[in-house]
Amino acid sequence: MNAFPVSILPALVRREHASLAATLLAPPAALAVAILFNLGLYVLIGRDPAAVVYAMLLEPFLSWASFSEVLLKTGPLLLVAQGLAIGFRAKVFNIGAEGQFILGAIFASAIPVWFPLATGLWIWPSMLLLGAIGGALWASITAFWRVRLNANEILVSLMLSLVAVQVLNYLLLGPWKDPNGFNFPQSVMFQYDAMVPILIPGTRVNVSLLLAFALSIAAWAFIQKSFTGYKLQVGGRAPRAAAYAGFAEGRAIWLSLLIGGFAAGLAGAAEVAGPIGQLQRSISTGYGYAAIIVAYLGGLHPLGIVFSALIMAALYIGGDNAMVSANLPVAAVRVFQGSLLLAYLIAAAFVRYRLEWRRPAHRSPS
Amino acid sequence: MNAVEFVLAGMLAAATPFLLASLGELVAERTGVLNLGVEGLMAFGAVLAFIIVYHGGGHFLGFLAAGAGSAALSLVFAIVTLGFRANQVATGLAIGILGQGLSALFGKTYESLTVRGLPKLALPWLSDIPVVGGLFTQDVVVWLSLAATLAIWAMFAYTKAGLVIRAVGENPKAAHAIGYPVIAVRLAGVTFGGAMAGFAGAYAAVVYTPLWADGMIAGRGWIAIALVVFGTWLTGRIFLGACLFGAVSLLALAAQATGLDVPSQLLSSLPYLVTIIVLGIISSDRRMMQLNGIASLGDPFEH
Repeated sequence: MNAFPVSILPALVRREHASLAATLLAPPAALAVAILFNLGLYVLIGRDPAAVVYAMLLEPFLSWASFSEVLLKTGPLLLVAQGLAIGFRAKVFNIGAEGQFILGAIFASAIPVWFPLATGLWIWPSMLLLGAIGGALWASITAFWRVRLNANEILVSLMLSLVAVQVLNYLLLGPWKDPNGFNFPQSVMFQYDAMVPILIPGTRVNVSLLLAFALSIAAWAFIQKSFTGYKLQVGGRAPRAAAYAGFAEGRAIWLSLLIGGFAAGLAGAAEVAGPIGQLQRSISTGYGYAAIIVAYLGGLHPLGIVFSALIMAALYIGGDNAMVSANLPVAAVRVFQGSLLLAYLIAAAFVRYRLEWRRPAHRSPS
Repeated sequence: MNAVEFVLAGMLAAATPFLLASLGELVAERTGVLNLGVEGLMAFGAVLAFIIVYHGGGHFLGFLAAGAGSAALSLVFAIVTLGFRANQVATGLAIGILGQGLSALFGKTYESLTVRGLPKLALPWLSDIPVVGGLFTQDVVVWLSLAATLAIWAMFAYTKAGLVIRAVGENPKAAHAIGYPVIAVRLAGVTFGGAMAGFAGAYAAVVYTPLWADGMIAGRGWIAIALVVFGTWLTGRIFLGACLFGAVSLLALAAQATGLDVPSQLLSSLPYLVTIIVLGIISSDRRMMQLNGIASLGDPFEH
C-alpha cells in the first residue's frame, strides 16, 4: 500500500552529493520569492509597491549616509548570528539570543551607571567584556538546565528572554532610572569614554563592526580548523558516533551556549556603548530573533552569514525608510523576515534533494 | 470575594488559552511533529477573531475564522516540514515570526479597541456552593474546552485513530510498513494543532481580555508548548498544568491588586519563571521523559 498516493506531485529524491549550485542559489532565490510575496501583500493592504521597492530595497544603497546605517546594523546581527550558528551546527537550539543581548547591554551599562564620572580608555573595552560575560552567564542558565536537568534548551532560552525584558524594565523604572530624565524609562546618558570609538568619520559606524568581522574570521577558523569545532559538528550530525568517539554531549551544549551568549552579550554591550549611548527599553529591535534568520540564511556558514547579515541590516533600514515614505507598518519587517526564512528553508531542501516525477507503481516497496 | 475565591473562579478561563493550544500541540507532537510556531499561530488567530467580532460578525464566526486562518498557516508549516523535509525547529520559528508579524500588521488599526466578551453560564446548584461555586460559572468556550480535553483523552485511550497517531509518532517506519499513511496523519495532526492554536488566540483576544494590543499573546504560546512537556504528553496532566498556569497568572494579578510590595516586573515574569522551574523538575526525571516522550519527534520522515 502506498503511503501518500499522489502521482501528480513530484517526489523528493535524496542526492548523492549535496548540490553546491543549490547551496549558493538558495539564499538569493529565497530573497526573490520573499520580495514577490511581500510586495503582493503590500498591494493587498493598499500600498504603492513601486514606492515600497524604492524605499525598502534601493534607498539603503543609494547614499553613503544610509548605507553607513546599514553597516551600523550589520554589526550586532553579524555578532549574534555567528555565535548562534556555531550552536545550530551542533544542533543546540539557543533561541534566546534576545535575552542574552539584553543582559549584555545591562552588564555593560553597570559601569557608566555606577561610575558616571569615570574617565579613561579602559571604560569602553571593559564594558564590552562585561557585556559579553553577562550574555554568557545568562546563557549558562540554559546550559545548566539542559545538561544537568535534561530540560529543552529551546523553551528555557526563550523563557529567559521574556524574563530578561522584565529585568530591563525593572532597572529602567527603578534603580537605574535617570533622576533627571523626566521620568522616562531610561538610564543616564553615558560619558564620552564609555562610548566605542567611531570607525568611519562622519557616520555612526564604530569599532564594534571590526570586532564583528574579526569574530567572523575566528568563527570560520574555529569551525574549519580547530579540533573542538570539528567535535561540535560531529556531535550535531551524528550524536551517537560522537558519543562513541568519546565526545561528551554535555560539553558541546555548554560550549555552544556559552559562545552564543558571549557573542550576543557583546552585541548588546556594543549597542548601548555605541549608537544608543544609554540603557533604554528599545535597545534591541528583535536582533536576537532576526539573527536566527541571518544564521540560517547564511547557510550556517561564517562567510555566508556575513552576506546575510548585510541583507538583513539593509532590510531593517529599508523597512524604516518605507515606514516614513510609503506608510508601511513596522510589522511589515517581521512579516518579511518570517517569509524570508520560510522561503529559504524550502529552497535549501534542494541542496540535499532533487525533484523527480514518477508513478507510484514504479516505487519499490520499502 | 477573597483571593482564593477569585483564583478558583477565574482559573479555568485563564487556563483556557493554554489548554486549547496545548491540546493542539499535543496531537501534533504525538504524530511526531514539533511545531514551535504556536505563539505566532495564536497571535494570527487572535487578530482574525478580533477583527471579525469588532465588525459585528459575532463570536462564532470569529472563532471559526481564527481556527481556519491558523490552520491554513500551520498548513504552510506542514508543507515546508513534511513536503520539503525542512528542519522543524527553524520552520516553527519562521511560522512564529510570520504569524506575529501578520497579527501586528492586520491589528495595527485596532490597537486599544475593545469588543464585548461572552456571558458566563452557571451550572445550577453547583454554582451556589460557597467558595468553589465560582468554578461552575464559566463561559461556553471554557465548557467546550473541557469537553475537548475529554474527547482527546478518550481518543488516545480508546480509539483506533489515537492508536494510529501514536504508532506514527513512535515508529513512523513501522507504521508505514503496516500501511498507515504517515505523512497524511502528520499533516492532519499539524493542521488540527494549528486550528486549536487559532481558537486559543481567539479566546484570549475576544473573550478573556477583549481588547486588542499588539503582542497580547505574551508568551502564552510558548508556555503551551512547555505544558505538553510538563504533562509528559498525557492529556490529563496537560489539563492540570494549564490550570496551574491559569492560577499562577491570576495570582500575579491578585498580588498586584492587593498592593503587595513586590516589583510588578517580578509578577509579570512569574509565569515564565514557573515554566523554567517546572520544566527543570519534570525533565530531570530522565526515565519518565524517555518513557513518555515521542520517539520520532522532530525527525523528518523518509521512506
